[in-house]
Amino acid sequence: MPVLAPAALRVVLYEGEGSAPLDPGQRLAALAALLAAGYQVTRVVAGGIVTPPDSGSLLVLGQFQGGSPPPPAEEGRDGHLEVRDVTGSSGARIVEIVEEVRTGLGVESPGSWTPWFPVIDYERCTNCMQCLSFCLFDVYGVNGASELTVQNQSNCKTSCPACSRVCPEAAIMFPKYKQGPINGDVVRPEDLQSESMKVDISALLGGDIYASLRQRQKTARKRFSTERDESKALLERKRCLKKLQEKLDIPDEVLMTLPSVGDIQDRARRAKEKHAKRMARSQTVQDQKPAPSADDWGI
Amino acid sequence: MGRTSQPEDARVVYCNCTYAKVVPEDVKTEVLTRLSQSGAAFDAVADLCEMSARKDPALERIAAAGPVRIIACYPRAVHGLFRAAQAPLAGEQVEIFNMRVAAAVDIVRKALPVAVPVKGKA
Repeated sequence: MPVLAPAALRVVLYEGEGSAPLDPGQRLAALAALLAAGYQVTRVVAGGIVTPPDSGSLLVLGQFQGGSPPPPAEEGRDGHLEVRDVTGSSGARIVEIVEEVRTGLGVESPGSWTPWFPVIDYERCTNCMQCLSFCLFDVYGVNGASELTVQNQSNCKTSCPACSRVCPEAAIMFPKYKQGPINGDVVRPEDLQSESMKVDISALLGGDIYASLRQRQKTARKRFSTERDESKALLERKRCLKKLQEKLDIPDEVLMTLPSVGDIQDRARRAKEKHAKRMARSQTVQDQKPAPSADDWGI
Repeated sequence: MGRTSQPEDARVVYCNCTYAKVVPEDVKTEVLTRLSQSGAAFDAVADLCEMSARKDPALERIAAAGPVRIIACYPRAVHGLFRAAQAPLAGEQVEIFNMRVAAAVDIVRKALPVAVPVKGKA
């Protein structure tokens, strides 16, 4: 899935000088349909202020009645510019025109991925790396400044907010989540104490849950000892985790692939070693710099 | 709800949150309708989350082009999305309106640079 590729087509509904205003129903229908299809749309009117265009492709639509609009005011813009007259076109026809242009330019269709991924509130993040250690899908990484970062958004499991549950500072947001503060709502002191918000990673992965699992697995083993049916053991585990799933809103597939305590500790150790190596490298580079001269000190 | 603290010439950016159903549909529709029926210029984006994940350069343009009113969701999330795309919003330059909790009529009254009569939904 091609994430991290910039959008390449911006649609402008031009209603400035040289273009008759669109019919209100036509404008709204076009806007709604283009947004639903994943496009960025800018409405331009005389004297209005909008965000300047970037170097991506620009498709300008208007009712030019034989004329054409002035070019975008941005000097030095070298992106592709296409102008289409949409006089008398319905909202649906306008979307067709945009699709024709997009296809002609070879631009990928927008909206091929559901944007579900963690967003870090750096005002709250303490760089403890618990989320990095917890996530099995390599969503998190560390940047050059040894700061936690989200590096593989598209690896994230849609609708799973599990990592935000293990963040002790409520610093991980999923803007499309239903409830606060995970959805970006203000974090209140009681949120940090709330059982449904704050789940200690050791309790989730190494404490009661695993103890409970082991106990139930023993029971299950006795029960299924004659059958040796692994699928039944799996069902037992699923049943055991069901309550946790409902409480924390974590999808089945993620719960069933939770790492073991050893895995977590190993991943945390590797992350710390990586961080320490980076710090040591950074220190070595600084040590290799010549000592400041008298000139450097201004004396 | 009083007038906004932003200058009259602040840009307006509307996020349609296209890829989720967390913003009430009636609020989104009414805000978009009122924007569309106003005489104002504005930018509308399909989904700020999707743009942030792609590090769409348009976010940098939105953040860097001066005062802006963003109609989207929770301010903490919007700031996080822009920062994640290496396009941090300057606090004093931005005003964020939250369609997940506020009424459409209040949002539009504050976000539009001038009062524009609305003739009802299309």
